[in-house]
Amino acid sequence: MEGFISLFQAAVFFGTVIMFGCVGEIITEKAGNLNLGVPGIMYLGGISSLVAVFLYEGSTQNPSPVICVILALAASFIGAALGGLIYAFLTISLRANQNVTGLALSIFGSGVANFFGGSLNTLAGRFEQIAVPVTSAAFRSNISVLADLGVVGKLFFSYGFMVYLAIILALVVNYFLHHTAAGLDLRTVGENPQAADAAGINVTLNKYLAICIGAGICGFGGAYYVMDYIKGTWANDGSIEKLGWLAVALVIFATWKAKNAIWGAYLFGVLYWMYLYIPGLTRASQEIFKMLPYVVTIIVLVVTSLTNSREKQPPAALGQAYFREDR
Amino acid sequence: MAAAKKEPFIRLAKRDVMPVGKKIAVRLISLAIALIVCGLLIFSITGINPLEVYSTMIKGAFGTKTRVWATVKEMMMLACIAIGLAPAFKMRFWNIGAEGQVLIGGIVTAGCMIYLKPLPPVLLFAIMFVGSAIAGALWGLLPAIFKAKYNTNETLFTLMMNYVAIQLTSFFVAKWENPFGSNTVGIINQNGQEGWFPAVFGSRYFISVVLVLLLAVLMFVYLKYTKHGYEISVVGESENTARYAGISVGWVVIRTMLVSGALCGLAGFMAVAGASHTISTSTAGGRGFTAIIVAWLAKFDSATMLLISLLLAFLQSGAGEIASKCKLNSYASEMITGIILFFILGSEFFINFRVIMRGKKEKEEN
Repeated sequence: MEGFISLFQAAVFFGTVIMFGCVGEIITEKAGNLNLGVPGIMYLGGISSLVAVFLYEGSTQNPSPVICVILALAASFIGAALGGLIYAFLTISLRANQNVTGLALSIFGSGVANFFGGSLNTLAGRFEQIAVPVTSAAFRSNISVLADLGVVGKLFFSYGFMVYLAIILALVVNYFLHHTAAGLDLRTVGENPQAADAAGINVTLNKYLAICIGAGICGFGGAYYVMDYIKGTWANDGSIEKLGWLAVALVIFATWKAKNAIWGAYLFGVLYWMYLYIPGLTRASQEIFKMLPYVVTIIVLVVTSLTNSREKQPPAALGQAYFREDR
Repeated sequence: MAAAKKEPFIRLAKRDVMPVGKKIAVRLISLAIALIVCGLLIFSITGINPLEVYSTMIKGAFGTKTRVWATVKEMMMLACIAIGLAPAFKMRFWNIGAEGQVLIGGIVTAGCMIYLKPLPPVLLFAIMFVGSAIAGALWGLLPAIFKAKYNTNETLFTLMMNYVAIQLTSFFVAKWENPFGSNTVGIINQNGQEGWFPAVFGSRYFISVVLVLLLAVLMFVYLKYTKHGYEISVVGESENTARYAGISVGWVVIRTMLVSGALCGLAGFMAVAGASHTISTSTAGGRGFTAIIVAWLAKFDSATMLLISLLLAFLQSGAGEIASKCKLNSYASEMITGIILFFILGSEFFINFRVIMRGKKEKEEN
């Protein structure tokens, strides 16, 4: 039982990071843009929140937890959305290739984040390890009455607020995409931009908004990772990058539906951490186990292409630049 | 309101072909702007004057003989992967999986160095060469088969294969760990140097350079003057045309990915046997992704790929020097690389499109 609880908790922590990334990327892909810059965008979101809070906590004697949280979230959203804006400008206005631009954004974002993450102390003239204790504590605090409810409390109420925010956001995005007129417009842009344009939908505006807002949501994943997952510090070990690619994989696994991202994210978390709970693994064979999330994604990818079900396909115009004069 | 009926302020039209000279000029201008922006950025962070920034970078990349070779080594690795990717991308097959194909080639090479140490050097090299190429080819084959048969999305498939390869590398690193508990493989065959590229003309990297240049020429000929190359470009332009012309699209996809994967596997062979003499998850080090951008920007032309690789290798060594001078970390080079790529990618727009301002007539274009 102990083992199950800790696996469940590890999966929720892990899943929350990639759920943000996945939900953001779903909005982007529904508008017809495959943004391979998710790792870079999550990096930008993470570092923006860290820098903003680092400066705030360093500037006052008694930092307020509420301001810390608002600042961290706002900074991560804006930082990530700016990354999305670069991508949007290049791919929509300048019609650069989406895959190549996304990869360049991943390189750029990881460079910016690790550069500032690694040099923040030198630049600020301080030499201790980066830490933002107040914010991190605020991100990790839970409602202790509920968290103490034995097994149920541990399983469902022992997390910081971002875990629940991720689920709510996934449901909201799902509702928006599939049950509102604006969501229908957005999906039309991703399926058939010519038809959308003819119907009077502003293709460029829809794509810009979807990419920037989607990127901002990915950025929350970065903020959650920095503030909660690694407890308010910085590590140049490339784990955000790995998680970012998993978020891209999760979009496929969820067959482009935000509500599937919720359980999919936790399932990925279980698959990722399962090796810790299987007895008799050597350090080498653990590594084979860590392949599971990727292998499962490949299988889902193959199966969806085999079944050819209309419900489970990527948006039809995914990856193509729209140029009105093209026929 | 009358405003609604006005001609839009700017509008776009596709260009047919831009003269080569002008194309080069557009790219050079974008590069120059990018370098100025980066210079200003570094200035605002470190306070070093931008001119000094670039002289420091040149010193860092080409200052001493060792540094020149280090930069050339980096350039050749990148170019080799880009050359490998070129045929796949020309076919519009999005092989994002170079990272994994390089690693698999590297694993096979390292395995040969460890287990086949007693073999005579020539035989050992032959096995490593062929083995790493086959391994890379097989790693690329899997997504190609599914693409050809079921039209499975290759971008995402190859992307996932990278991580399978990375985990496989971690597995072998743990297996071959030396010394025990270090979680690294260490330098393989440090004493006898079995399986290491021998030094020629005073450098261990010389053979890699020759090999990559040879591959560059072969790829140029393959894409430009052979039937295979022609089929690749037809499939890339339009699969329907290719099918109509009687080209077996599925077979071309599979064959091209075998070539592409094999060359990426060879890059892994050079990285392990020719440079680091060890294997780790960072053996490919993101070059598989960067090389995609190199191949794309060069429009798959061998000479241009070499030039862009040189530029990126220079940036990397140069930014490393700046970072160590200012006690900042070396990720600055990724940041600068990203900015320069954004500018070059953006400049493609001015090559492919014309911007027509309101009220101007069309005739003043070329």
